[in-house]
Order: sequence, then structure tokens, then C-alpha cells
Amino acid sequence: MAESPIPLEVRNITKRFGDTEVLKGLSLEARKGDVITLIGASGSGKSTFLRCMNLLEQPNEGELIVHGEPIIFKQTRHGREPADWKQVVRIRAKLSMVFQSFNLWAHMTLLENVIEAPVHVLGKPKKAAIEHARALLERVGLAAHADYYPAQMSGGQQQRGAIARALAMDPEVMLFDEPTSALDPELVGDVLKVMRDLAEEGRTMIVVTHEMAFARDVSTQVIYLHQGHVEEAGPPDQVLDNPRSERLKQFLAPKH
Amino acid sequence: MIDLHGYGPRLLEGALVTVELALLSLVLAILLGLVTASAKMSRNWLAHRIGTLYTTTIRGVPDLVLMMLMFFGGQIGINQITDWLYTQFAIDIFINVNEFAAGVITIGLIFGAYMGETFRGAFLAVDSGQIEAGRAYGMNHWLVFRRIRFPQMMRHAIPGLSNNWMVLLKTTALVSVIGLSDMVRIATEASKATREPFTFMIIVAAIYLLIASVSEWGFARLQKRYNVGFTEAD
Repeated sequence: MAESPIPLEVRNITKRFGDTEVLKGLSLEARKGDVITLIGASGSGKSTFLRCMNLLEQPNEGELIVHGEPIIFKQTRHGREPADWKQVVRIRAKLSMVFQSFNLWAHMTLLENVIEAPVHVLGKPKKAAIEHARALLERVGLAAHADYYPAQMSGGQQQRGAIARALAMDPEVMLFDEPTSALDPELVGDVLKVMRDLAEEGRTMIVVTHEMAFARDVSTQVIYLHQGHVEEAGPPDQVLDNPRSERLKQFLAPKH
Repeated sequence: MIDLHGYGPRLLEGALVTVELALLSLVLAILLGLVTASAKMSRNWLAHRIGTLYTTTIRGVPDLVLMMLMFFGGQIGINQITDWLYTQFAIDIFINVNEFAAGVITIGLIFGAYMGETFRGAFLAVDSGQIEAGRAYGMNHWLVFRRIRFPQMMRHAIPGLSNNWMVLLKTTALVSVIGLSDMVRIATEASKATREPFTFMIIVAAIYLLIASVSEWGFARLQKRYNVGFTEAD
């Protein structure tokens, strides 16, 4: 193994919902500073793949290795499950997720949202957590909104707040599940800008997105999924500008 | 001024018994309700069945019948156990079912079933994305429950909870049949002795109404507290 463990390795993940196999053996390796974008039509399995990475969905087969630590699974009556939920909890704290519908906790102010997991999961002292949170809110342009409740903010503000919440965990890898898909077009830009900044400062990110310009500009790797398998993968200039697969060509063709 | 023929202090004592009985029953009912709701939402088959059996049975039998079953049936059951202990091991104990405890347990059991349904609905009304975010940030089940599910569920539960409490409060009047000296029983005694039922019953009615009004004010405050952050949303 390398001196510094790889933040996230995924090997041959399969996932079935009933008889439908939605992921057919997917692998991925996120090295430090990688920005991997997952693209594909809806139903291609990209969100499910992402959700398998922090075990919000349980993969039926395959391995997950977070920062050199393989997740241990066991067979139960309900199928394969993680053997040690404490390990899952520990690993999830290293992989922060940003959701399509933000999912900021509605009964807490923005600041409370950002300090919640650092204080209650990581056991960080409240004072330090608040200081860190304020700095992060400043960064995402929400310093003035610390005491707002999610329902009092626009979608774009909520999503930037959710990114601050993710950053507060000092994550190994940030997982973005279609972070701009629920936003009004005029609000997308602010969120993408924050994500570009994160990519530039060397954050390891895995992003499910439909924003091709973003994928082209910031990705180190683009993976195009089709019906649960990797149809094409590689650096963005290759995958997005010179696609070989017919399907990908069609997918990228301008829609009228 | 109304002449209470000296029953004033006893009536007040009775009112205190009523309030104590109602509050303790409420605590028991809430605890049972939370457990029942969890059981009914559990994917464990047995827990689910037991929860359903409990709510179906309790809600399908009249409160008065349940109370008499518990009180008299409970005494018979305990007597059989103590008799058996005496014949088998010569241990001689006598346990008398305490009316107050019997009242609390019975009312708590009855309303636990209703609370269970209230809580179950309220838990199901919490947006699953909120819970998922908790899990995704490394919270275990208990932490998700304490920090997210419970506070968000309460917003949905309070109207039902408040309703259950009002009915529970009035159900305490039934314990006078098992001989507990609550407000109603003392008023009944006083009515018989003085032949002035109206005087005493109107006072009892007023006290119930007073407790109910205070509760309503309390629940309104609770509702406000758990609505924080949601007022803009819906």
C-alpha cells in the first residue's frame, strides 16, 4: 500500500433492487485531489452508485475501502449488510454527502446545522465547532445567514449551507449527489462556483451531475454510466470532447 | 357564596389526586406510545405483531371494562401468586392492589395505545431526507432519533397528543369506580350527603375545565417551540 492511503476505493460493486440489477460491477479509485464526475441518463445508476459509497444503499457485492480501511460485510436474512455498524458510522463521518434536495435539518438554524455532526459525531468542543462553522459560512458567502432556518433561505443558499455542513466534517472525500438539479437556473452558478473553488484547493470529490461545463472544467476523471455499467471513462477532454461510444455521443449531443 | 358544607378542602385534595393521576398516566402513556410506535414500525416481525396486538386490543375494549379487569383481575392474579408462594414455600405475604397505582397503570396502558398511533403517524410524517442526512453524517440510530427524528416528529404529534391528553384527563373520572378518592368520587359523596349534586358537580366541571384550559395553553407553547424553522415552509 502507498505511504498515504487512498481516500476511497470501490471495487466491483453490484446492486440489485429485487430482480433488477442496477449496478453491474462498478469500480472507482479516488486519489487525493481527484474530482471524479459521474454522468449518465437518469436510471443509469449514478446516484445509486454514489449512495453505495457511504452505505446509504447496501451493495450486494463488491468491496469498499475508505482511507485504507476495508468495510467488513456479513450475510444476514435481509441480504449482505455491514458487519460492524460502528465502522460504518466512523467511515460515513469521513465521507460527507451533499444531497440533491439539500436536506439541511429543518428544525435547526444554519449554524446549528453546520456544527451538529462535528459536535455530536466527532465530539468536537462546541466553541471550536462554532468558530470553524462561521469561517466556513463566510467562505460559502452565508456569514449573514448563520441564524436563519433552512426554510428562510433560497435553494441556492441552502445548498451552499449544506456544502459548509459537509466541509465542517473535514472529510476525506466529498460526495455530491446532483447538487444543482433541484435549483432554479439562476441559482446554479453560485453553487457551482463554491464547488469549483473546492476542486481548486485540492479536495477529493465525487460528483454526480448533469452540468457538463462543470465536468469538463474541473474533473480529473469523467465516468459515463449506462444501465449500471461503465460505458466510457477517462479524462474529460477525452470522454467529453472525443467520445468513442455511440451512446455517449448521443448523450452529449445538444438537445433541442 | 356557594356553601360547600365543609367539603372544600377534601374536594381540593381530590382535585390534586386527579391531576397527579393524570400526569403520571400521561408519562406512562407517552413512554408506552413511543415504544409501541417503534415496535409497529420495526421490521422485526414479532415486535410488529405485539405492537399491533396491543393497540388493537386496547382500543377495542371500553376503558371502564379494562379498568375493572385490571383492578379486580389484577388483585385475583396477585392473590393466586401469593397463595402459591405460601403453599409452596410457606412465604406469607399479602399484597393489596393500590388503587392509585392501578389507576395509573390502567390509564397509562389505555392511552399508550392511542399515543402509539399518534407517534407512529408523526414519525412517518418526518421527511426521510432529514433522517438520511443524519445517517450520512455518521449518526447512529440513537443520535438520529434524539437529534432529528424526535424533535421533528413532535411537531406532527402535538395536535394528537393534546387531544389524547384531554380525553385522558376526563378518563381519570373512571377511577372513582375502583374506589380512588379523586375529585369525582369526593363530589359524589358530598352530593349524596348534602343532597346538592348540582353544587358539587358544577365545581368539578369547572375544575376540569380549568385544567383543560391551562393544558391547552401549554400545548400551544409546545407547538410553537417544535414549529421553529417550519413556519415559513408550510
